[in-house]
Amino acid sequence: MDLAIVWFLLIAVLWTGYLVLEGFDFGVGMLLGIFGRRRRGAAPDATAEKNRRVIINTIGPVWDGNEVWLLTAGGATFAAFPEWYATLFSGFYIPLLIILLALIVRVVAFEWRGKIESETWRTWADRALVIGSWVPAVLWGVAFANLVRGVELDANHQYVGGFLALLNPFALLGGAVTALLFLTHGAVFLALKTDGEIRERASVLAERLAPVTLVVAGAWAVWAQLAFSVPWTWAAVAVAAVALVAVVRATRARREGWAFTGTAVTIVAAVVLIFGSMYPDVMPALDPANSLTVANASSSPYTLQIMTWVAVALTPVVLLYQGWTYWVFRKRISAEQIPEGVGLSLRKIADQAWGSKPETPAPRS
Amino acid sequence: MDALDLARWQFGITTVYHFIFVPLTIGLAPLVAIMQTIWVRTGDEKWLKLTKFFGKLLLINFAIGVATGIVQEFQFGMNWSEYSRFVGDVFGAPLAMEALAAFFVESTFLGLWIFGWDKLPKKIHLACIWAVAVATNLSAYFILAANSWMQHPVGTIFNLETGRAEMVDIGAVLTNNTLLAAFPHTITAAFLTAGTFVAGIGAWWMVRLVRRGEHDKARTYRSAVVMGMVTMLVAGVGLIWSGDWQAKLMFDQQPMKMAAAEALCETQDGAAFSILTIGDLSNSCEGVRHVIEMPGFTSFLATGDFDATIKGVDDLQREYEEQFGFTDEAGNPISYQPNLAVTYWSFRLMIGLAVFSAVLALAALWLTRKGRMTDNVWFARLGVLAIPMPFLASSFGWIFTEMGRQPWVVVPNPNPSGVDGVWLLTAQGVSEVTSVGHVAGSLVAFTALYGVLAVIWYRLMHRYAVEGIAETPDSPTPDQDADAPLSFAY
Repeated sequence: MDLAIVWFLLIAVLWTGYLVLEGFDFGVGMLLGIFGRRRRGAAPDATAEKNRRVIINTIGPVWDGNEVWLLTAGGATFAAFPEWYATLFSGFYIPLLIILLALIVRVVAFEWRGKIESETWRTWADRALVIGSWVPAVLWGVAFANLVRGVELDANHQYVGGFLALLNPFALLGGAVTALLFLTHGAVFLALKTDGEIRERASVLAERLAPVTLVVAGAWAVWAQLAFSVPWTWAAVAVAAVALVAVVRATRARREGWAFTGTAVTIVAAVVLIFGSMYPDVMPALDPANSLTVANASSSPYTLQIMTWVAVALTPVVLLYQGWTYWVFRKRISAEQIPEGVGLSLRKIADQAWGSKPETPAPRS
Repeated sequence: MDALDLARWQFGITTVYHFIFVPLTIGLAPLVAIMQTIWVRTGDEKWLKLTKFFGKLLLINFAIGVATGIVQEFQFGMNWSEYSRFVGDVFGAPLAMEALAAFFVESTFLGLWIFGWDKLPKKIHLACIWAVAVATNLSAYFILAANSWMQHPVGTIFNLETGRAEMVDIGAVLTNNTLLAAFPHTITAAFLTAGTFVAGIGAWWMVRLVRRGEHDKARTYRSAVVMGMVTMLVAGVGLIWSGDWQAKLMFDQQPMKMAAAEALCETQDGAAFSILTIGDLSNSCEGVRHVIEMPGFTSFLATGDFDATIKGVDDLQREYEEQFGFTDEAGNPISYQPNLAVTYWSFRLMIGLAVFSAVLALAALWLTRKGRMTDNVWFARLGVLAIPMPFLASSFGWIFTEMGRQPWVVVPNPNPSGVDGVWLLTAQGVSEVTSVGHVAGSLVAFTALYGVLAVIWYRLMHRYAVEGIAETPDSPTPDQDADAPLSFAY
């Protein structure tokens, strides 16, 4: 098989890994804003805070590893399809910029939130987590929907459509699809990983979200099929539909493992639909003559060959140790287990830096 | 300002900012791993306390390094898409390898380390921090492979048909001599940074506690001082050795950078190393006046021979003009010389600021000799003063390396060990479709956000450093904790 095609598939695999894994941790971040909302003017509530920490700790050990799938997809696109990397990221400049800003505040909020014991501090960290999860969840959908739809490229493969052209109805619906899908995926994950109040609330919400997601995602997929895609990706649509129906049923029956499998399969099917409809282009242009294709955007055969060896050798190892992490932290989390916070107060009560010199000189043993 | 200038400012700001945090992570992760190793092997609680104390500082720092690193992976495509098209075939490979081989290990095992305290068996938990430490250093190797290729392209041909640089030998790219020198230099600089950090904080606390008469507690910090001191001494020797190697390679590969670093306008035999030079900042040779010099020393640094001929900026400009043309596509004359003042001063600041660490290391060597501790307030002050210096020195080192190769983004090879025909002017690399507004907007957004984060980072680091070692364990007692699904770090 042509190595450029192999790399097109590998990049689809990397995006699948990213969207399935970070999909649920975006969802969990989004749900923090719903389950962990603070009432204006209400006094800080210790139980509510423990529930927030339950939510965040479910993804604590894994969100960073999940995010690396994005960096790898970016790096692999650069290495295997430099033209795609160049046109996509210079063309989708503003959405990408907003995604990057959101991811930055999200990363530091995770790690810094518990470091200071203050309600104001945590309120800000939670805002960063919620916004940092919603924004990419919506914008990745907008970006991929545009790739399915086709964008305005000139003869030099430069994107010349401008920012507003990216906000077409099909793309905005795509943003709604990813947001809903990740929200459901995250709710199902929370139900699977927690016990007590959060599990109950997540289960109820997942049950309500699942049919909505089925309808909206279904509408988008049918639109994509009728207007932009190729016949064989109907198979992906069918798989996604079956999976989402299974999610609807599983969430009603509180079968959390099955529900999570269902949302994961839906995301996989969505990536198949997206990449399948693009192929043989990597970035379809409105004027097909200007499209960036697997053939004209790829690196040299030598580079692809080297990168194939590296990917074949390392990707299974990555899956192995990331899988192990999920195994190590497989148990459910509940509010009763959450210990007191160990953060410091932001201001230290100042004490004399040097004190007075003690009577006895320092021992020189 | 046009989009090119703004894109350069953005790259400079985001990259220098990112690299404030990176050296500390690269150096501190192995030091924390060593602390934990000593604890696991000896069972001495002192080392557990140090592991947790410096581990927290490492995590605060790690987060912002990761956050600002995401931008780096995408910025080439956003602002430098023409560069990306030209070099992607070779430049993208180490970036993808870095993500696959290093970032995954780093992020996954850091999660295991943070949340696995008291959960994982001791030795496996220890192996996790070692995996993080090795991966951060491996990550540096790959990204330096990419950067060294820009400084000295190897293993590549220029393909006339596709109009781009194409890789023909990955082995050559990964064993580029520029890389083999830059890697130890960067790593030892990182260890100097972390060593100074550990010794500086340790010194401040040790003196404080000795003066309070709490000698037992002070001993714990004395261990940090000694560990930091040894790190600084070893790293310092490595820095000088690798820096010397780099200077000789630079003379071969980038004579213009060498000349600019010395503000050497005319070609000279037995060129002097200038300690102080006054210029009028107009970036021309006319205003340059050398005030203090060490005769023959530049020739010696470049070649090992005090009498060697070093080409000056003006002669090199003429050579480049003949080889690469007098004017760009728009008909404007091309200056092949980097900004002289920036290159000259960043080189000197890099070396000069590292001296603080040397002084701290020597003071520590003397004051902690044979198990001694000290109550000397000046030692504590020196420790605190020295902490930021290697951070700054690292920044200036990179500013020198990157500004010194301008106007090139991929530097042409004047010597036989490199390849022919692969070069690119920075001006040719900038994205064609991004408008001034886009770049200006993102520049403002990044700078503002980074400014806020820097303040928070500093306050957190400062707060945790002055809090000192926690005397009470920060997780519940082990027996109560045995069934917990993880160590609740968030």
